[in-house]
Amino acid sequence: MSTPRVAIDDLTKYYGQTLVLDEVFLDVDEHEVVCLIGASGSGKSTLLRCINQLVPFDHGEIRIDGVAIDDPSFGKTGLRKRIGIVFQAYNLFPHLKVIDNVTLAPRKVHGVTKPDAEARAHELLGLLGMEEFARKYPEQLSGGQQQRVAIVRALATNPDVLLLDEITAALDPELIGGVLDVIRDLKAQGMTMMIVTHEMGFARDVADRVCFLEEGRILEESPPQELFSDPQHPSTRRFLQRIIEAGRL
Amino acid sequence: MSSERAASAEPARRAGPRPPVKATLSPRERYAPLAISVVSTALVFGLLWRVITSSENWPLIQRQFFDVDAMRASLPQVFSGFLVNMMVWVIALVVIAVLGIVVAIFRSLTGPWAAPLRVFAVIYIDLLRGTPSILLVLLFGLGVPALQIPGMTTSRLFWGSVALVLGYTAYTSEVYRSGIEAVPDGQRAAAKALGLTQWQTLRFSILPQAVRNVIPALLNLAVALQKDVALLSVIGAREAVREAQIFTARTFNFSSYIVATVLFLLATIPMARFTDWVTKRDQERRLQRTL
Repeated sequence: MSTPRVAIDDLTKYYGQTLVLDEVFLDVDEHEVVCLIGASGSGKSTLLRCINQLVPFDHGEIRIDGVAIDDPSFGKTGLRKRIGIVFQAYNLFPHLKVIDNVTLAPRKVHGVTKPDAEARAHELLGLLGMEEFARKYPEQLSGGQQQRVAIVRALATNPDVLLLDEITAALDPELIGGVLDVIRDLKAQGMTMMIVTHEMGFARDVADRVCFLEEGRILEESPPQELFSDPQHPSTRRFLQRIIEAGRL
Repeated sequence: MSSERAASAEPARRAGPRPPVKATLSPRERYAPLAISVVSTALVFGLLWRVITSSENWPLIQRQFFDVDAMRASLPQVFSGFLVNMMVWVIALVVIAVLGIVVAIFRSLTGPWAAPLRVFAVIYIDLLRGTPSILLVLLFGLGVPALQIPGMTTSRLFWGSVALVLGYTAYTSEVYRSGIEAVPDGQRAAAKALGLTQWQTLRFSILPQAVRNVIPALLNLAVALQKDVALLSVIGAREAVREAQIFTARTFNFSSYIVATVLFLLATIPMARFTDWVTKRDQERRLQRTL
């Protein structure tokens, strides 16, 4: 058996006295797409943020290709290069043009020359249909366009794993489709992704595996066809029932 | 990847505003408000002028404050003093802008190793912001030259200016800090996720946004400093107010003060208007962003 790309082992995290992740185990293989679903506050986003060390955790271990993320061999920036993340609120730098948003980390963190970084950025922007906006500022773009720039920014360092944290939750409904298409294309190209989402249709469509979280635990973990049509855990059933009643599935 | 699909997912925005609906107003409706404004304003101010100039003390006031000959005689002296004000103001602005940001950075650093810098910043701001400017000017402007430290200038103008710089640096750093804190947390998260160090995050993400946030507040401080340079007169620095004072002491006529007043107003009013304009533009920009 090969080493999983991302291995999460017995991960436990508290915010103060509140237990947000409770002995989470999860392996994600190369080229695999795993969707994390569950109610707000179930620990999905925190799990993603633990993986690229945006928040510390209290117990357990996370390994990338078998190497713990706090291993000195990653250096100061190695982990950042391997893992890209896209946020719900885009978090683009508003004072920088699109091209500079995308090239900032390659140039300042990873020492790529300006021409090389810009060439790569233009290539990625082109792939996502954003080439014409390279010289614009984020506030001149629609939400969907900004989110695509954020995806390009996360891809600019050629990461091995892409973390997507509710990337369509802040978008107007008519803009969601365009962003999700980009993710489908990334899957087709073999990108390893962990996706926190409330778009159940999208999760069913794109995921190789879906994990249902509640109160910091993964209660159920199975291929989307099984999880959505025949959920085993009563909590999963309740959650999906509410989603269906809200007309989201 | 399918760029066409992605690009066509969002419809292009409709270009250009709709033409305004043209209102049809009669000449009377159109010009009456303007006429009323002009006439009523002229009436009120005319009346006020009349009351003031008809008072029995008016000739005395006019002689003491608005003596054209005295004004003309004092102008060269007061104006050369005013150039000193402007020089001190400009140099101080540059130094304060830099020092203020340094203190603000000290104060917003995190981590145990930065603790001395944080504590220094807090004490500095508390002390300097809590002391009246005039006391600082007296302490530095008179106190330091009195020490007669070898190799250090004994210029009162210099040390008085240092006092202003130190005091205003405290105010300015607090303004910068409010700007730093107003930058959303998501910016730090994004910078960290991209691998930027704490310093790179400040330099490339936080500070540029913070400074832009507080430009109107900084300009307000600049206007206040423009006037506070006059405090240097208390330590005998030959700036505009001091020159006017000298003239008055010699002639017992206060017109030189009016000359100094006019010079200050000529400098501060445009500056204040500019600040208002920048503030308004800034507000519109923010409003647009939230739409």
